[in-house]
Amino acid sequence: MSQAAEIVFDHVTKRYAGRDAAAVDDLSLEIPAGTFCILVGPSGGGKTTALKMVNRLIPFDSGEIRIDGRDIQSMPVTELRRGIGYVIQQIGLFPHMTVGDNIATVPRLLGWAKQRTRDRCVELLELVGLEAADADRYPSQLSGGQRQRVGLARALAADPPLLLMDEPFGALDPITRVRLQTELKRLHREVGKTVIFVTHDIDEAIQMGDRIAILREGGVLAQYDTPDAILAGPADAFVAAFIGEDRALRRLALRTLAEVPVEVSDTSKVSDTLRPETTVRNAISLMLESGADAVNVEGRGVFRLADVQELLR
Amino acid sequence: MMGGGGGVVIPSFGHGDSCVTGDHAFCWGWVRDHWGDTLGPALWQHVELTLIAVGIGFAIAFPLALLAHRFPRLEQPFGAFSALVYTIPSLALFQLLVPFTGITWTTVEIALVGYTLVILFPNIVAGLRSASADVVEAAHGMGLTRVQVLTRIELPLAMPAIVGGLRIAVVSTVAIATIAATLLPDGLGYPIFLALKEPTPFKTEIYSAGVLAVALAIGCDLLLVGLRRLVVPWARASA
Amino acid sequence: MTLADAANLHTFVDAFRFIGDHPVFLLQKAAEQLELSGAALAIAMAATLPLGIALGHAHRGSGIAIAASIVGRGLPSLVLIAAFLTLLGIGFVNNMVALAVLGSGPILTNAYDAVAGVDRDTVEAARGMGMTWRQILAKVELPLAVPLLFTGIRVAAVTIVATAPIAAIAGGGGLGDIIVNQASYRLSGVLGASFCAMALSAAVFVALGGLQSAVTPRGVRRTSVNEVPERKESL
Repeated sequence: MSQAAEIVFDHVTKRYAGRDAAAVDDLSLEIPAGTFCILVGPSGGGKTTALKMVNRLIPFDSGEIRIDGRDIQSMPVTELRRGIGYVIQQIGLFPHMTVGDNIATVPRLLGWAKQRTRDRCVELLELVGLEAADADRYPSQLSGGQRQRVGLARALAADPPLLLMDEPFGALDPITRVRLQTELKRLHREVGKTVIFVTHDIDEAIQMGDRIAILREGGVLAQYDTPDAILAGPADAFVAAFIGEDRALRRLALRTLAEVPVEVSDTSKVSDTLRPETTVRNAISLMLESGADAVNVEGRGVFRLADVQELLR
Repeated sequence: MMGGGGGVVIPSFGHGDSCVTGDHAFCWGWVRDHWGDTLGPALWQHVELTLIAVGIGFAIAFPLALLAHRFPRLEQPFGAFSALVYTIPSLALFQLLVPFTGITWTTVEIALVGYTLVILFPNIVAGLRSASADVVEAAHGMGLTRVQVLTRIELPLAMPAIVGGLRIAVVSTVAIATIAATLLPDGLGYPIFLALKEPTPFKTEIYSAGVLAVALAIGCDLLLVGLRRLVVPWARASA
Repeated sequence: MTLADAANLHTFVDAFRFIGDHPVFLLQKAAEQLELSGAALAIAMAATLPLGIALGHAHRGSGIAIAASIVGRGLPSLVLIAAFLTLLGIGFVNNMVALAVLGSGPILTNAYDAVAGVDRDTVEAARGMGMTWRQILAKVELPLAVPLLFTGIRVAAVTIVATAPIAAIAGGGGLGDIIVNQASYRLSGVLGASFCAMALSAAVFVALGGLQSAVTPRGVRRTSVNEVPERKESL
């Protein structure tokens, strides 16, 4: 649907005066266009710093950051920022403007025609799960979840090829957070932009990311790979500890019964039937609970507990 | 008749009104008779004095506040200075300016502007600061220039505090301007001042001028409250 | 430029000479003014302080506090003084009452705000620990209310002292007697007395500031003692 940008960090370093450890230490990262890339790590790991360097809210000391091959220092900073969507945890909606005016901010800065802006606003409201009528309401009249949706719509308004998100769901209650995470993933599939998403929550990262970059304290890149690859092979003790000892189970949570090898055999001996959307992890949990050693996958065949180990290879 | 510098103890211009000669509490007759030559002009002079003072005060305070917002170090010295200025008795301040600017409206206005400044400046600065940090960060992150952040975000959000400051400034100025009468025959303080000079001050004159001054202050206050409502639509909309 | 400058300098030099020539007289006048101001402040405090504290403690009558602040701001001192002169005759009492009314606004408003504004959670914790209402007021609310409360008293005091000169035209005495009487004392006298009046107000401001610091319990966060008080009355 729209363009996505490729982002490259090339040996980027940032140090704060008077501190021994760097905030970001020789970070090199390639984020292919359209990827949902998550920066995750403990606090002090430099993930927010790295994010804010992309739209030059924080300057860096050495190295280069390129968007679609262009050095971000080579263009005027306001032009750079108007081409990037930026969502923060506290959202920062302008309280004195209606929802519609908030969303229209960057298009207006870019000089879009009124009608085009209005149409885009309605389109975005529906995209993020709100109603066209909400355009006339004020931020103070919305709930936290609704506000963050508006924040997202505002960031997408000018159709930027890149989206930066700094712990956007951190201030929301768990139920709203899960809902928004699911919707964001759906949105990403639809819209296909490059997203750089910062979180300290490894579960959120595994849930949502196409690629995950784990940054340890001192701004050093510990590992950068797909969730499954990281879970299968943590690069070092730090990563292993960070993702937790149950990483095998977590890997299994990423897979569903739709893709596992099944036996097409006598199903009469198997009492339980599960739908293919069930995650392997949940299937195992159910089998352990009921004492069964196999389940029937609806429309496919029989999956055995004993075959679980195979999946992890 | 009032301009002759004489007070009104026993009115000698043809109104042998018993109310007036007896100096009863309040004589409507006198008020009606003297609206045109005393109270009316005094009221307009007072309004003029106030508007000029607040206008100039705002014109100075506003750019100063913008500067202090941009360079926060400027704010500290001004704070201590303001507090001290406000302790100066207006009577004394008027007199101290006389050697420089004589017994003129300028003298009065300089003093009034001084008092207005020390009210408006901190209020405007506080207003500019009231935009929360995340809002400002989001604005910068979206690519608004510094000037745009100021004009589209910080200033609109500062309006409640600015109007609040104007309210206090206007009401205070109306009150202080009555003291100008010790220097000049202008404003609503003058009828009162003259009346007090007489051995038996004429009550009606004092009360009518006084009521007008208070009414002016309250009227301006209410007007500005109304203005504030206009200027802050998003607060009204709070669910 | 030079002639005007010379004239100005000349008058100020004369003013300081006046001060130098009549120190005792000026001190007398200043004392008179302080006496009037002190009496007015005492009355204002006696009348409004208990009321403000009580209302604040009960969290009632916020309307009264707001009205007091509006009245306090919008009432021209000259009008007050003149009005009370007509009611109470000329002399000490009428001015004392007028100034007391003037000072009541800030005291009442700040007393209410200070006591009502004490963190509700703190008060509730005290209640939970079994303190009586009297104890809560004395040990929790009042100590925490001191900064704002004292600021109100300070504002009132400075307002009263700075307004007192005007009372001279109603028989109030004090340095105002000199300032409004240019015929007798000439410009040098008027300016000299004006300087003294300025110094007097400033001195009261600073002295009370020191007192406020001394009286505020350690550990209570203080509002900056140099803040321009928002509800300051007109002069």
